[in-house]
Amino acid sequence: MEQKKTTSIDQEKVIEVKGLYKSFGSYDVLKGVDLDLYKGENLVVLGKSGTGKSVLIKILVGLLSPDEGEVKVLGQHVDQISYKELLALRLKVGFSFQNSALYDSMTVRQNLEFPLVRNQRRLTKGEVNQAVERVLDAVGLLQTINQMPSELSGGQRKRVGIARTLILQPEVMLYDEPTAGLDPITCLEINSLINEVQERFHTSSIVITHDLTCAKAVGNRVAMLLDGKFERQGTFDEVFNTSDERVKPFYDYNFIQ
Amino acid sequence: MDKTAETPAHIRKEVKAPGKISRMFLSFYDVCQFVTRFFKEGFLPPYEGKELMRQCYDIGYRSLALISLTGFITGIVFTKQSRPSLAEFGATSWLPSLVGIALLRTLAPLLTSLIAAGKVGSSIGAELGSMRVTEQIDAMEVSATNPFKFLVTTRVLAATITIPILTFYTAMVGMLGALLNVSLFEDTSARAFFQMSLESITFLDITASTVKAILFGFTIGIVGCYQGYNSSKGTEGVGKAANSAVVIGMFLIFVEEIISVQFFSLFRT
Repeated sequence: MEQKKTTSIDQEKVIEVKGLYKSFGSYDVLKGVDLDLYKGENLVVLGKSGTGKSVLIKILVGLLSPDEGEVKVLGQHVDQISYKELLALRLKVGFSFQNSALYDSMTVRQNLEFPLVRNQRRLTKGEVNQAVERVLDAVGLLQTINQMPSELSGGQRKRVGIARTLILQPEVMLYDEPTAGLDPITCLEINSLINEVQERFHTSSIVITHDLTCAKAVGNRVAMLLDGKFERQGTFDEVFNTSDERVKPFYDYNFIQ
Repeated sequence: MDKTAETPAHIRKEVKAPGKISRMFLSFYDVCQFVTRFFKEGFLPPYEGKELMRQCYDIGYRSLALISLTGFITGIVFTKQSRPSLAEFGATSWLPSLVGIALLRTLAPLLTSLIAAGKVGSSIGAELGSMRVTEQIDAMEVSATNPFKFLVTTRVLAATITIPILTFYTAMVGMLGALLNVSLFEDTSARAFFQMSLESITFLDITASTVKAILFGFTIGIVGCYQGYNSSKGTEGVGKAANSAVVIGMFLIFVEEIISVQFFSLFRT
């Protein structure tokens, strides 16, 4: 299994989370999460299903509001800004959904055009086409431009989903389970794509996953969400070099089984 | 002291879950907020003109066949069923007036709206519901597009614009059905039929019909959108949203019909 190569990372924080709490009814999901994402790094967030990994990144883009705590993205308090400011902030933060969330009544081209024409209304038809083709080419799916999402495979849908977020040229990328439900070969392709996006588009990313192969391949840093808090953070080896019974089964399942 | 003990979430655990009546008020509050948001966002730029036109086409043009058939048959049946009663008083010559008034005042707005509630309301509820559960609405949010403006305001406006147009179309088609029946059984010319019908129709009838149709169209749009936009629980939620859009939409149309009949009767001498 290939370990992520070291890339240059700034000490400038693009995301700062302090003392984040979030509950649904009587179920406490996040219990005081502290997290920093530095410019240019890929941070992998690991954890069991239902531990609040997706909740965390949905709070970062304002899809959910925190119960308590401070959430700063690119210097702005997500839960304190107006809706208009939030929309402006979202232009700089790409979000790749677990099930891709492609608009199923639109072709791939229309899916990619949609955010662009709504946010950059002065672009000419030619400029829009050029931008669409550029990002589709970057994810290696130019040939699917006129296809409907229902005609694509799972891996292709993920790639188109990533392309749709890249079209707005975000500074931060949030990937929600990018390899979930995919075969090992496609997983490797998605891992390479995440690394390529980081290098080519100079993005900082948070990758939510419970796939350790993905974590090792794409993460400059790994953070393990346990019982609603980040208990372990560091490089992949630092996080898994432990006898903690809550962490060991993860490694054992992924690499011994 | 454990920090979790101080969190609002922890405090909420101690609060009793809302009862049935509280839930009803909360839902009512949600609906009011939804309607207020429509008025706040529907008329402010940027406008989604292209999507509005597409929705008008979807709601209007695609309902034409069903509405034409229903309107035409209603015209024939209503005329046929009314004739014996009028004949008893030797008043069959009033048939065109009766048909004209009945169609314009009640039958056309009600029929068009009920058909639209079934066809358009359910389709809006299912479409938005499915977009909600597959995170397509969230995807619009995170790509810096206001999904409420794009999905909700366009559909509600399209229904509000299109239903009145369809209502007058239904009335016209119904009149043609009535004319067919009249010309088969009586010696009334088409010109005389329309002249008698139109003479009996007042400006108040047209105004009342238009206002009702606008109200019904708005109701169909807002109910369908509210149910779909707030749907949850996967595919079950989508089905529930489509079903609720039809049931609640039809119920509200009947309530509005009763209220508007009472209201406009105040202006009739």
